[in-house]
Amino acid sequence: MSVASASLDHAGRPDAALNTDALRADARREARGLLALLSPGLVLVFAVIIVPIGWLFWLSLFDESGELSAANYARFFEQASYIKTFVTTFKVAFTVTGACVLLGYPLAYMLSQLPRRAVSICLIFVILPFWTSVLVRTYAWLVILQRKGLVNTWLMDLGVIGQPLPLANNFASVVIGMTHIMLPFLVLPLYASMRTIDVDCLRAGMNLGASPAATFRQIFFPLSLPGLASGVVIVFVLCLGFFVTPALMGGGKVIMWAMRMEQTTSLYSNWGAGAALGVVLLAVTLALLGLFHRLLGARATGVWSER
Amino acid sequence: MLLSLAQSALPIGISGIDKRFGAVSILSDLSLDVAAGEFLTLLGPSGSGKTTLLMILAGFVRANAGSIKVGGEEIITMPPHKRNIGMVFQNYALFPHMNVFHNIAFPLKQRRVSTAETAERVERALDLVQLKGLGERRVDQLSGGQRQRVALARAIVFEPRIVLMDEPLSALDKSLREHMQIELRNLHRRLGMTTVYVTHDQREAITMSDRVAVMNAGRIEQIDQPEALYARPRTKFVAGFIGESNFIPVESRNGSVWYEDSKLRMTSAAPTAGRHLMVVRPEKLRLIAGEPIGDVNALPATVGEIIYQGDSFLCYATLKDGRQLTLRDYCRPDVLAKLPRPGEPITLGIDAQDVVLVADQ
Repeated sequence: MSVASASLDHAGRPDAALNTDALRADARREARGLLALLSPGLVLVFAVIIVPIGWLFWLSLFDESGELSAANYARFFEQASYIKTFVTTFKVAFTVTGACVLLGYPLAYMLSQLPRRAVSICLIFVILPFWTSVLVRTYAWLVILQRKGLVNTWLMDLGVIGQPLPLANNFASVVIGMTHIMLPFLVLPLYASMRTIDVDCLRAGMNLGASPAATFRQIFFPLSLPGLASGVVIVFVLCLGFFVTPALMGGGKVIMWAMRMEQTTSLYSNWGAGAALGVVLLAVTLALLGLFHRLLGARATGVWSER
Repeated sequence: MLLSLAQSALPIGISGIDKRFGAVSILSDLSLDVAAGEFLTLLGPSGSGKTTLLMILAGFVRANAGSIKVGGEEIITMPPHKRNIGMVFQNYALFPHMNVFHNIAFPLKQRRVSTAETAERVERALDLVQLKGLGERRVDQLSGGQRQRVALARAIVFEPRIVLMDEPLSALDKSLREHMQIELRNLHRRLGMTTVYVTHDQREAITMSDRVAVMNAGRIEQIDQPEALYARPRTKFVAGFIGESNFIPVESRNGSVWYEDSKLRMTSAAPTAGRHLMVVRPEKLRLIAGEPIGDVNALPATVGEIIYQGDSFLCYATLKDGRQLTLRDYCRPDVLAKLPRPGEPITLGIDAQDVVLVADQ
């Protein structure tokens, strides 16, 4: 019988041993080939990520005189201005993220409910500013908000106010400018995740007796949380390291982390201290990402009781 | 047991439903009455409007005109969440962020049912669909068949007046689908809720339903009990859509019906004069050896291919006018022994009582 002969090799051994060595060698060959194909990517990652970050870390360990010391890190605890910068950075990041959620969620929701053709037109208006230089947009806000800017001129011409309002060069103007720039980073992932919500789930909600508002609260909103979480993380992390807008809109009054880095390296030429700032920012960002992942990632993907 | 739904089952009166999307008419002047406690199936090809009708019943799609009365009460403008109609969706539409218990408890929560009663009713519903003990499972941990059962439990746990099902079994594999057909039918018999079921699977419709409404191009072609639908199709579409059919052109003149030059023997009265089609199911055609005996119509033909299919065989035969017919019979030894060879002349027999005529369109 052909079936019987196929399962035994020439020596009459059971088929479990048939060609095992050749198959194992073949698997090794395939693994080596895949590694070879992967190597350009690995080299690139090593050269542009691992080496610079390692170098940054290395630099941060030397003080101004070139001696190995922890002085650059000790400064975080000793100098009040460092701590103030740190607090400001987080305040700005939280406020901007909050503003983006308040503005972006309704926008993304509207986009998700529009017919496809209308969406592609509306998305252009979301993405268009995205393509415009950050610098240009920031100056545009300055033109609008400054002492003799559009808003103040109009309000004074209308006689609503006698003195120009302090709209530029403060915390609020930094938040306004950054929110404008960050909004697409929240809207795009949020919209993409809202699009994947099954319309039948919402229909089922209503069919089972939930009013439209209740269906939104109990079904649509929870299902949009993963997208919201990824948008929030992107915006928050980008805010932590943001430079141009706070530097221009803050008028020197709102000092964020990245601006402190710029001062340290270009003004005082203290590369060790600047590097330490970079390392701390990186560490804080990674810690936050881990925290977000644990809080939102688990919540977004897992089951949680409604009670 | 859940509370018996039999007393609370309500009839549905659908009349004059019109639905257009732009210039395209989906449903035109559609009327349909569903008796209280009836299992009615809307059967039709895709695009026939059956799902649109279901969506109008559930309140997700607004009709352009018409009336839907449930137990005499007009609901055509009532929002979906107030209709109290259970629905099983094609893709189940279970809430992925809730476990099985919370999915089934959802309609009860909306109705402010107490926690204790909710737990009890969800438990009974789970029991009814044979998912006892799976309340804490996540939806993505369930198999297709289990999801189907959860969707069913969720649709009946709040004791709705009517249950709608939109091709609920189409995502299941064949054997599970056939099993669930029987289970759904039995569940309907136990609970007695008025059910409107949508499918494009004619066998499913025939297996499960009290009555089947065959839909085509936005209209109901025929509504009947499954047996009547199969044995006495009234249009060519119904005959072609339900089961297999041979169509033979015939002509009605002077009070009798003629196939070419021979007068047809039939038990029903001849239809209006003009051209018609005779509908012959493959299993109603017989191979006749020698002279036909009794009230039989005999058609001379030539044997074509014979295809063995295990329990039965298919025999293709060509009439004198070149028309090809299909004959099906069981593989019994006596039949197989007398089977003709391809190319041989044979006589095909159709009993007079099996002659069914439809309009030739």
